[in-house]
Amino acid sequence: MTDTPPHMRQRVGRPAFSRAAEPVVKALIKIAGWSAIAILAAIAGYLFAGALRAIDEVGMRAMVTGEFWYPTSATPQFGFLPSEIGSLWVTVVALLLSVPLGVATAVYISEFASNRVKDVSKSIIEFMAAIPSVVLGLIGIALLVQNVRAWFDLDTGLTAFTAGIMVAILALPTIVSISEDALHAVPMDLRHGSSALGNTRWQTTYKVVVPAASSGIFAAVMLGLGRAIGETMVVLMLAGNAGTIPLSPFEPARTLPGTIAGELGEVVRGGLHYSSLFAMGLVLFVVTFLINLAADVVLERQRKRWRR
Amino acid sequence: MSRVARARATERIAKWILGACAVVSIGSALFLIGYVFYKGAGYVSWEFLTQPPRNAMTEGGIYPVIVGSLQLVFWTAMFALPLGIMAGIYLAEYAPRNRATRTARLAIANMAGVPSIVYGLFGVALFVIQMNLGRSIIAGALTLACVTLPVVITATEEALRQIPTDLRHASLALGATRLRTITRVILPAAGPGIITGSILGLSRAAGETAPILFTAVAFFAPIASSPFDETMALPYHIYIMATQSTKDAPNMVWGSAFVLVAAVSILNVIVAAWRSKQRRKIRW
Repeated sequence: MTDTPPHMRQRVGRPAFSRAAEPVVKALIKIAGWSAIAILAAIAGYLFAGALRAIDEVGMRAMVTGEFWYPTSATPQFGFLPSEIGSLWVTVVALLLSVPLGVATAVYISEFASNRVKDVSKSIIEFMAAIPSVVLGLIGIALLVQNVRAWFDLDTGLTAFTAGIMVAILALPTIVSISEDALHAVPMDLRHGSSALGNTRWQTTYKVVVPAASSGIFAAVMLGLGRAIGETMVVLMLAGNAGTIPLSPFEPARTLPGTIAGELGEVVRGGLHYSSLFAMGLVLFVVTFLINLAADVVLERQRKRWRR
Repeated sequence: MSRVARARATERIAKWILGACAVVSIGSALFLIGYVFYKGAGYVSWEFLTQPPRNAMTEGGIYPVIVGSLQLVFWTAMFALPLGIMAGIYLAEYAPRNRATRTARLAIANMAGVPSIVYGLFGVALFVIQMNLGRSIIAGALTLACVTLPVVITATEEALRQIPTDLRHASLALGATRLRTITRVILPAAGPGIITGSILGLSRAAGETAPILFTAVAFFAPIASSPFDETMALPYHIYIMATQSTKDAPNMVWGSAFVLVAAVSILNVIVAAWRSKQRRKIRW
């Protein structure tokens, strides 16, 4: 910029400032862009640091495979198996209910419903995801606990099954909306081609559309699984928090998140019990991380496949 | 039965079964929300919303609990929005298409799936202990901000991607810098999308219990005068009154649940209405 005419000199200021600010702001924006990785790394790091004492004194393998959880007895034992089996039961019940129901709902919304019904159903399902889990726990206490006890003639209605029903409701919106996205992403050409060959809508759906969307539906199930394993409040309020290994879903159980949430408030900071809860958190983090990673990778691959 | 007739019959049955599943899913969503309104409506009054609790938390209202939740959400927004919007801008406007960016995106998707209790543990270790914030609104809000961040980032990135490239090119052709293009052209156009997405994220944060369990809340606390105090909050209040209270207080439990679900519902409906209006108004 040479020989700026006098009447324009005033205006040079702002763009110049803007240009000088650009690299600074760009750097800030870039740092923000990497924040998710930083936070994930920090979570892993802090969980590991917290768990270090328990890993040192008890051992990770001994905890993950230990059968007894007596953290406060004279000779404390820190076995995660009761919580792990409890988590397993709750998750199995939740997925047995929510996967068939969720996938069928997604298929109906995507393949059979009219546009109007589709819009309304999708927003109700999205709305369902907004119900706080503590409220679902409360509804479970009010509606399910007594009934589960009566239906199955149990000693208590606070069981892994009871919690599993409510966790299914939590996982349902995730499964429906991700499956629906996957079905919606299947190109129309495939449906038209199938219809032109004389297939009915249902034949088209189960022979062509669902197989084409199968990886996305798989991802939906994985994300639902991740939600079910990580759910805290519902299991804390409904599963019964028993200390022993539950042999069936109709027994009181504790889960990994339920144990952490139920006990972290009562332990001595930095003690062995405290540290073992961090080790439990680390196990939970690693498991859900792998599940989510699998879902993300599959979704990414599917997205690439249909991108034309 | 001919093959065609059989196919038609199967079609009818399949459609009927799938439809029944859809009705069950959608029906249970409506039932759950309806049930909370049905149980709670009788307890909610002007006094309930504006009075502090009395008589060992069994009478009176939940005013300090509501204020506590609002304070938590306010500070969560203060932390999550600037960081999340900047991260969204980076991903939509600056990030090169390479493996590193894919990793960053994967991390964001993965963050959304981290169990809320794990955020709670993280919050205790980093904010409560390491940063020495103690049990406080700030520590709880920082933890909730981590939970909300992926939602804000995704909402921002999606809103920015919907702005046509012509607008960017036009602005750059007029001599605007890239940053100026973003602040003056792109962000105003994408504003509604960013705001609605963020509101949804914050409304979820308002209902989270596990992340604040050990970082922010107390069974009873006066209205916090500073963000470094501990607080009461709606989800925790519901939990503790429903499970640990020695006295039965259905008014507290269901009234609080009503207020929480109503607030979340209203925000969701407003956002849905605003979005569909916006979609009709702007056609690129």
